[in-house]
Amino acid sequence: MELSASNRIVIVGAGQAAAQACASLRQFGYAGDITLIGDEPSLPYQRPPLSKAYMKGELERERLYFKPENWYRDQSVTLRLRCAAISIDRASRMVVLDTGEALPYDAVILATGSSPRSLPVTGADLKNVFDLRTLEDVEKIRPEMQAGRHLAIIGAGYIGLEAAAVARQLGMDVTVFEMADRVLARVTSPVMSAFFEQEHQNHGVRIQTSVRVAGLLGDDVVRGVQLGDETKVDADLILVGIGIIPNSDLAEDAGIACSNGILVDRDSRTQDPRIFAIGDCARRPLVHYGRNGRLESVHNAIEQGKLAAAAIMGKPRPVEDCPWFWSDQYDLKLQTAGLSEHYDAVVIRGSPQDRKFAAFYLRNGRLIAVDAVNSGPEFLASKKLIVSGAFIAPETLQDTTQSMKEIAANAV
Amino acid sequence: MPKITFVDHAGEERTIEATTGETVMETAIKNAIPGIDADCGGACACATCHVYVDVAFMPKVGQPLDMEQSMLDFAENVQDNSRLSCQISVSEDLDGLRVTTPESQH
Repeated sequence: MELSASNRIVIVGAGQAAAQACASLRQFGYAGDITLIGDEPSLPYQRPPLSKAYMKGELERERLYFKPENWYRDQSVTLRLRCAAISIDRASRMVVLDTGEALPYDAVILATGSSPRSLPVTGADLKNVFDLRTLEDVEKIRPEMQAGRHLAIIGAGYIGLEAAAVARQLGMDVTVFEMADRVLARVTSPVMSAFFEQEHQNHGVRIQTSVRVAGLLGDDVVRGVQLGDETKVDADLILVGIGIIPNSDLAEDAGIACSNGILVDRDSRTQDPRIFAIGDCARRPLVHYGRNGRLESVHNAIEQGKLAAAAIMGKPRPVEDCPWFWSDQYDLKLQTAGLSEHYDAVVIRGSPQDRKFAAFYLRNGRLIAVDAVNSGPEFLASKKLIVSGAFIAPETLQDTTQSMKEIAANAV
Repeated sequence: MPKITFVDHAGEERTIEATTGETVMETAIKNAIPGIDADCGGACACATCHVYVDVAFMPKVGQPLDMEQSMLDFAENVQDNSRLSCQISVSEDLDGLRVTTPESQH
């Protein structure tokens, strides 16, 4: 598809993927209409700092915005904030809004994101039980995050652990409850889980793994957590971080194939050639892993925004990088490249005691992923090595007398 | 407000009034300066906001800290005046700063 100045593109969603698609369309020379529809009140903003620097109060709100308001004006992008798309009429090519308006389109980009999974127990609707996904969510929880109060966090994923680190730094008491037998179980290996669990304990966080939350206690305001074994734990506020669910209803209702996310091809195109899906809501081919999957990350949002814009404009397909992620907790920066799945060897470089080390994941001798703690070179070198499918000997990765630059240069 | 001039790889100049306290990367992104990706938004996690600092300003801008230096080692065409622009905070002191952006961050 190649579009001209008379065309209309509707982007549903106003998060990182939407902002990228918008910028990339203009960069690739698209001169037609762009309408960005977002149900939140804010200009498109970065979400990663919400559970890190912004929650801690170290970053002003304006610094979260990708672009100032006048950028959208200058680029002739119509921003429709506080506004939701309720249906797509594919036959007449219209996106219908909750205001009753119908916007005609030549192409639609669905960047509808995801929603926090809610805790399926009694008491989940009590006051002082919070999610963490949007700026408004942070504005609600932050006034409650006061020194000396007890925050119970349900779920030891990135969100839960990043919030735990912030809360400790603000002087709160923090307990984390996790259903799995280790923290970060969904995203990393046991060796990294053990390291992060120990770090949080060293910072005074109580972590309980292999526990089931049976209910939240309280009449109006939450007062505590009831565990599966009947134990009760008092708490002043609760943060629930147990994963997200892709927002695919709009696509499903329009008859577009979905299966834990909106199904797309390498160009981010759904089964309807005029409809694209990008970011958290899309299930895409993971070319370096030979399967489809959904990625919840900045890298994915940016890359798919570029892929969709390039496909619409008939440009060559941008590079598909290996997935990458990061997390900031205390003074630790965890940088992950690749997906650590089905590995047959884990190689540690450096020492966890020094709080500066990396875990490399190999399969059949090839590097498939790395978790790097305060180790930028290990992360950046691995990003390239994973994409090239390099074979590397475990002894080489462990050898700290060789720099990562040298190791990468010698890899085949 | 301090002014920063961005020079792209082809030599085209854009002078921007920057906001004190924000970073050189943020100044670039908000003003649609080409040549800076800044995928991670300033977390020093991605090394895609590499710039060359005008040598005359290097004493004021200063040298990268360890974390930044180790990331810079993996950027393309690194020089002595290379910095990650997300790690340079704008101050009145930097009024008149000139930085050159590379052709590509990858």
